[in-house]
Amino acid sequence: MSRRWLRVVRTPLGLTTGLLVTAVLVLAIVAPMLWSDRAEVIDTDHILTGPSGDHWAGTDSLGRDIFFRALVATRLSMELALAATVIGVVVGLVLGSAPLLLGRRLGRLVTAGVNIAVAFPGLLLALFFAVIFGVGATGAVLAIGMASAPSFARLVHTLVAGVAALDYVSAARVAGVGRVRVLLRHVLPNIAEPLVVNATISAGGSLLAFAGLSFLGLGVQAPSYDWGRLLFEGIGMIYVNPAAALAPGLAVLVAGLAFNLFGESVAKGLGVSTVGGRLTVTDEDAASAPALSAGGTDEHALDGSPSDLVLDVQDLRVSFPGPAGPIRPVRGVSFSVRHGEALGVVGESGSGKSLTALAVAQLIEEPGRVDAARLQFRGADLREGPRAHRHLLGTSMAMVFQDPMTSFNPTRRMGGQLAEVAVHHQGMSRKQAMARAVDRLRAVRVPDPEKRATQYPHEFSGGMRQRAMIGMGVMGNPSLIIADEPTTALDVTVQQQVLDLLQAIRDEDDVALVLISHDVTVVGEVCDRVLVMYAGRIVEDLPADQLDGGAQHPYTRALVAAVPDMHTDLEQPLAVVPGRPVSPTDVIVGCPFAPRCPLADDHCRTVDPPLAPVEHGIKVACWHAGEPLGLDEETGELVEADAV
Amino acid sequence: MTTTASSVASTPPTVGRVSGVLSHRWVRFGIRRLGRLLMSLAVLVTASFLMIHLIPGDPVRGALGPTAPTALVEARREALGLNDPLFVQYWHYLQGLFTGDLGTSLTSQLPVADIVSQRLPATLTLAMLGFLVSVAVAVPLGVLMGVVTRRGRGRRSELAFTTTSVVLGTIPDFLIGVGLVYVFGVSLQWLPVAGNATADAYVLPVLALAIGPAAILSRIFRVEMVAVLEADFVRTARAKRLPSRSIYLGHALPNALTAGLTICGLLLGSLVAGTVLVENVFAWPGLGRTIVASILSKDYPVVQAIVLVYGVGVLLANTVVDVALALLDPRSMIAED
Repeated sequence: MSRRWLRVVRTPLGLTTGLLVTAVLVLAIVAPMLWSDRAEVIDTDHILTGPSGDHWAGTDSLGRDIFFRALVATRLSMELALAATVIGVVVGLVLGSAPLLLGRRLGRLVTAGVNIAVAFPGLLLALFFAVIFGVGATGAVLAIGMASAPSFARLVHTLVAGVAALDYVSAARVAGVGRVRVLLRHVLPNIAEPLVVNATISAGGSLLAFAGLSFLGLGVQAPSYDWGRLLFEGIGMIYVNPAAALAPGLAVLVAGLAFNLFGESVAKGLGVSTVGGRLTVTDEDAASAPALSAGGTDEHALDGSPSDLVLDVQDLRVSFPGPAGPIRPVRGVSFSVRHGEALGVVGESGSGKSLTALAVAQLIEEPGRVDAARLQFRGADLREGPRAHRHLLGTSMAMVFQDPMTSFNPTRRMGGQLAEVAVHHQGMSRKQAMARAVDRLRAVRVPDPEKRATQYPHEFSGGMRQRAMIGMGVMGNPSLIIADEPTTALDVTVQQQVLDLLQAIRDEDDVALVLISHDVTVVGEVCDRVLVMYAGRIVEDLPADQLDGGAQHPYTRALVAAVPDMHTDLEQPLAVVPGRPVSPTDVIVGCPFAPRCPLADDHCRTVDPPLAPVEHGIKVACWHAGEPLGLDEETGELVEADAV
Repeated sequence: MTTTASSVASTPPTVGRVSGVLSHRWVRFGIRRLGRLLMSLAVLVTASFLMIHLIPGDPVRGALGPTAPTALVEARREALGLNDPLFVQYWHYLQGLFTGDLGTSLTSQLPVADIVSQRLPATLTLAMLGFLVSVAVAVPLGVLMGVVTRRGRGRRSELAFTTTSVVLGTIPDFLIGVGLVYVFGVSLQWLPVAGNATADAYVLPVLALAIGPAAILSRIFRVEMVAVLEADFVRTARAKRLPSRSIYLGHALPNALTAGLTICGLLLGSLVAGTVLVENVFAWPGLGRTIVASILSKDYPVVQAIVLVYGVGVLLANTVVDVALALLDPRSMIAED
């Protein structure tokens, strides 16, 4: 506990306000002892004078020193504010714990009353009670106390409800401990901390509120004076001596804010701690990325001529600043996509496959950082920034995201959300664009597209929304569709429809597809070629028809083996890839898959294998590519090879 | 609202069922909200009625002073009906409310309804202007700061903005008022500091009222904007390669607004109460000055009526915002269940 308080005091705001609160409290004690006389002295020679050497803040209508009056007023102002706070806390405690003390039915009535009272602003309640309790300091203390009670009651109610459900409190009640005793012994100690913190905030509020009432003439009456009373007297002579109003105003402001903000910073400090580190990518990281890419060889000869490529990516890297240095979820990925080709990207979550897609689409935002030796889309260099090729990307690269439920703007109609693509990129009028949107909705088999275009996203089913998302992608004439887990959030039956739709669009216009999925089966079914990603790298790049049986990398083989099929023995537990995926924050030495790999040896654990071509158009990053795995043929389970 | 309209118009059975559920939901929402309003009104009316009876001692003697002749006090009591049984008085009070009769002032002998209707417009104008100004400042400022500080950017501007807005939001309006009077009235002598005779006399009171709420609101809108900018549909808008203006104002802003609206309601309520102090700083001829003067002169019928007016104002503000929220975002109705 003490350590947590220490942390509060260590923050600049906590320290400043904490010191101020202490200063105000000390002043409240010593000021009247030291300066009462000087504050009361009537100096008829200096009536209503401005600030001078004798009177730092000038004098009032009786020639009394305003500076010392403001200092001395600290005590009364604080006393009254604290008294009001105590009343507020006590009454709030009683009202808030009513359900516990009075039983369910009466308690509910009190709670309902509290809920109604909370709806009214505190000042209005204070005025109401000020009328009842009468004008004057006592009346105002009661009024402000009562006015702050409902919000305290609500706080206590919430806190008590949380504690009363705890086992030992229930046990105490069952054991026949009296209600008041349960409250005092078991409940109160558990809610003391938030209560004290809120009382501190409330003391600041009471101080300000009391100044308000005194300022209106409803609080402290002459000859007594608190800050509000001084302000009330000072505002009348603000043209003669502005300091008469400003000095008490400043005093109440500083004290009120100090209590209020100290309470707030304590609340924040004791609550969820927010670790705020400086998050920047060092220059060294930025410099090293292109340097490393120099090693990437020109592999166009293997994949086809450059003009045949829709997308050409060399040594793509994504990094984010982290508290302990940059996090690198994508660490040098190279691949290309030919016209009309369907490329699948598979891997576990955290393998960097989605970030690769977002990086290619120029959708990684700061502080994320994308570097690449080459990043070309239809011959345009995307490294020039997202704005350089806005229209090209807007019409030729379509994105389909995972969650169709959240990927549309809930406050705008579907038709408009599709149409704006054509308005911005194809120079169509709104009307033409709407017609195009309806036509595209029809193309993606949304029934009754005219009416659907006028509806909001929440009126669409999940599958229909995903089709509309694809429709949005084909508003222009895409040559590449990047689909990031397009079917994951959908029902199995709807999944197939969406995949069929993507297939149909490809067939029609020779559109290339990058399909990101954790589902090897889906990718194998739809795609021509498959990239397998692990820990931010491509570990295998192979034709889809080689997936079953031809895969070289132990990870790919484990992924394929983990898919249950008709021959899977359902009596056996379903296979999983053993071990845990690598986190992007981990420091990786050697092959990232080595800790989970049955074939791993010391060489694997020290030297990272490069992605290198083997046979049948396969590229693989493994020192032991294609070696027998010790895979249990029956269950598909990996057998631990190095059980040493 | 268009949402319901279009689904009601549709004929297919599935959509028809949805609209049935929707309209059912609307009815339930309406009943529940109306019920809560009536309940609060009943409590408010009863409290304002009881106020005069909760005061220790004889309110009439208190108002007229210890030197007033007993006969006069007794006659006043009789005229006010204070000698009737409590429930009869309550009945008469309710009757009076429904016929617009709020009683007679003890000091000026004028009908309270006249006093209120004469003073109300000035207060209402002040409150509405204050509200409009604070929203007009808070929305663009909050959105701008949200864009600048999205995804953990601009930490320095975020810190500066948050600190400033927390401090400004904590300073009570009457102290801001005093500060404004000193700076713009006394020192610079740019603007009048009392009354509402000229248009420029509105500037300082409205500012005093609006600065605090504007600070709080802009902070909330910034947080909302930062959250909305993380949403999937904003990524979709970026994937459509829309210009930034269209992403921020067309897509993000409407979604950030609905969430900030709830707080607007609460602020509108506290703004209504805030006029009391601000009116007294700027000698504004509204209800706020009247209620303070009436409390000091123990003119209880006037106090009762004005407390009632403020209370009704607060309740109506809350209800209007709840309904507006339900219209803008139908999901908020379900959340209440």
